[in-house]
Amino acid sequence: MEQLLVALGSMALGVGACALYFWGSNRLLDLVFPARSAHAAANIRRANLIRPWLFLGPAVIILTVYLVYPVLNSIWLSLHGRTGEEFVGLDNYVWLFGDDGFRESIRNNLLWLVVVPAASTFFGLIAAALTDRIAWGNIAKSLIFMPMAISFIGASVIWKFIYDVRAADVEQIGLLNAIVVALGGAPQAWIALPFWNNFFLMVILIWIQTGFAMVILSAALRGIPEETVEAAVLDGANPLQIFLKIKVPQIWGTIAVVWTTITILVLKVFDIVLAMTNGQWGTQVLANFMFDWMFRGLDFGRAATIALVIMALVVPIMIWNIREAQKDA
Amino acid sequence: MSGIADVRVAGQEIRLEHVSKSYGTGLAADDVNLIVPAGSFTVLLGPSGCGKSTTLRMIAGLEETTDGRILIGDRDVTRVGVAQRNLSMVFQSYALFPHLSVAENITFGLKVRKVSRAERQRRLQTVASVLGLEALLERKPGQLSGGQQQRVALGRAIIAEKPVCLMDEPLSNLDAKLRHEMRVEIRALQQQLGFTMVYVTHDQVEAITMADQVVLLNGGRIEQVADPRTLYARPATMFAARFIGTPPMNLIPASALPVEALPRGTRSDDMIGVRPEALILDASGPVRGVVRSVEYLGSDTLVDLDVDGALVQARLPGQDMPAPGTLLAFGHGPDDLHVFDPATGRRREGGVVETGLPRQSN
Ligand SMILES: Nc1ncnc2c1ncn2[C@@H]1O[C@H](COP(=O)(O)OP(=O)(O)O)[C@@H](O)[C@H]1O
Ligand SMILES: [Mg+2]
Repeated sequence: MEQLLVALGSMALGVGACALYFWGSNRLLDLVFPARSAHAAANIRRANLIRPWLFLGPAVIILTVYLVYPVLNSIWLSLHGRTGEEFVGLDNYVWLFGDDGFRESIRNNLLWLVVVPAASTFFGLIAAALTDRIAWGNIAKSLIFMPMAISFIGASVIWKFIYDVRAADVEQIGLLNAIVVALGGAPQAWIALPFWNNFFLMVILIWIQTGFAMVILSAALRGIPEETVEAAVLDGANPLQIFLKIKVPQIWGTIAVVWTTITILVLKVFDIVLAMTNGQWGTQVLANFMFDWMFRGLDFGRAATIALVIMALVVPIMIWNIREAQKDA
Repeated sequence: MSGIADVRVAGQEIRLEHVSKSYGTGLAADDVNLIVPAGSFTVLLGPSGCGKSTTLRMIAGLEETTDGRILIGDRDVTRVGVAQRNLSMVFQSYALFPHLSVAENITFGLKVRKVSRAERQRRLQTVASVLGLEALLERKPGQLSGGQQQRVALGRAIIAEKPVCLMDEPLSNLDAKLRHEMRVEIRALQQQLGFTMVYVTHDQVEAITMADQVVLLNGGRIEQVADPRTLYARPATMFAARFIGTPPMNLIPASALPVEALPRGTRSDDMIGVRPEALILDASGPVRGVVRSVEYLGSDTLVDLDVDGALVQARLPGQDMPAPGTLLAFGHGPDDLHVFDPATGRRREGGVVETGLPRQSN
């Protein structure tokens, strides 16, 4: 109870302070450069030069503290030893590129990178196209979208039950094994099945991201001028031709944005691997690899080096993604 | 060099029998009976919201009929799919495919129908030369002006060589000058190619200048079907009388005019229609009114008159500028007075109500 009050109090305080800052600084500026004196025109011009910085200021400072500083510090850490004290030059990088765990992570990340965005976008597009045309489409849409509301950890717990395995002589409580056994097969430890287990983990993220892709693509599909579709119908195109040759090309921009957004997410994939396998049985990925070295290996230098590799992979895609999204608007 | 003769087609007759369309909240088309003769240029005319687009889209098959039958060239197409109706259409927005080049836009239909590449190229060249699009074939629609996009939309319609072409307000997004050019061009194209045209517009000038037959719609019902001259000279209803002509025809209660000036058989509560341009200054004429206001238009002058309490407009030639308050008298030609029954809104012709609607003889 007390905690709740404290939380509410600090929230009110925070919002109040923000409001006070914006209002007060704006007010102060108007007092310093009044728009009424003999220099009204010059004052307004000067005030307008300063005003954006007053409003941007807090955001710029917070971004610097939480984004720019960590990047710089990571670079610094990556050039130092496990405690961040002795300078080791490029040793961490040399170690990284010779490390088996890193190679495995890169391979798996590439797999995730190819499979998850493609599958999520594909299923999302199919779901968007199909649900737009049917009466109970909105119910179907909500069901497909629902996993978006579940945290990755929560989703992993759910899927752990689906992939669960028991000894062959007891009843299977995992859905997948129950089905396999019902069909006369032998139960499998799915998440410990090298190589293929990567795909079983990917299914979880696809399950979550399909809803996201569907919602965005469905909006894009609705934005296509109905008359272009009617014109294609008049020209004798069948529904599949209309979908592939008229609709999809008109929403390429949106498809690309959805694809890259999921790509960025995939590059950072962590929780699912941590919760399902913790990187065992050949499922290691970069983010979990970094986490391992940071909190289990207790080597700040190596962890920071891995973090920088992830950043180097994400940033170009991110820039492209933002450009494309702005082009669309 | 290929030319127009290569794309000539035989138009087909279109027939609407008791066609109705309901959107749940009232009728967008109400018992429409209509014959569009093969090879004719028929214009659906009427104010916004009167059901022109709905009627056109029902002919196209983009909208289902609630009631009635639609026949194209003797074939009942009421339940036939859009693509099987064998017609082309130009949309108000042009509906060009933004991701395809002009050439691909025009040949899209041929490609879907698996017409050979050589044949596609041949027809594309013909259409492009007819419409003057040769230099633009590789561009995307976004790189074209409004008038050029319009031409591409036309090209897409005529390359199919369909016996029927439908157009929904195709000129409404163009500026006045271009609209005039395209009016002439579309009309010429239709006459040369020979297809049946159903053309929707709310602009009476477009209708009058382009049509063989005008179908005037109001509130989902047909007011009159006639050629432009008849529509202007013998409007079948008070609505038709007011809708055609600028400024619109005057409608004066018969009681405001001297009895001897009225056509025989006119009842005292009838409405008399007379066009502003049919009134001729004549000191001994029967229509007398006091000038209320004067509007100078350059080539002529428009005067608002008070005729026994009714507002009447007259068009005076040239530089005549009567001062407000002047009493003027007007005469008119023998056929210039139109008598309407205010109860039905219909024209009264020697005691016979003329409807102008082609009725089924069933
Ligand atoms: N899809 C629709 N749903 C409901 N009402 C519609 C629809 N389309 C048209 N209407 C109604 O039908 C009437 C005729 O519309 P329309 O044929 O588009 O008129 P016009 O083309 O002559 O301007 C209007 O009152 C319009 O509101
Ligand atoms: Mg319309």
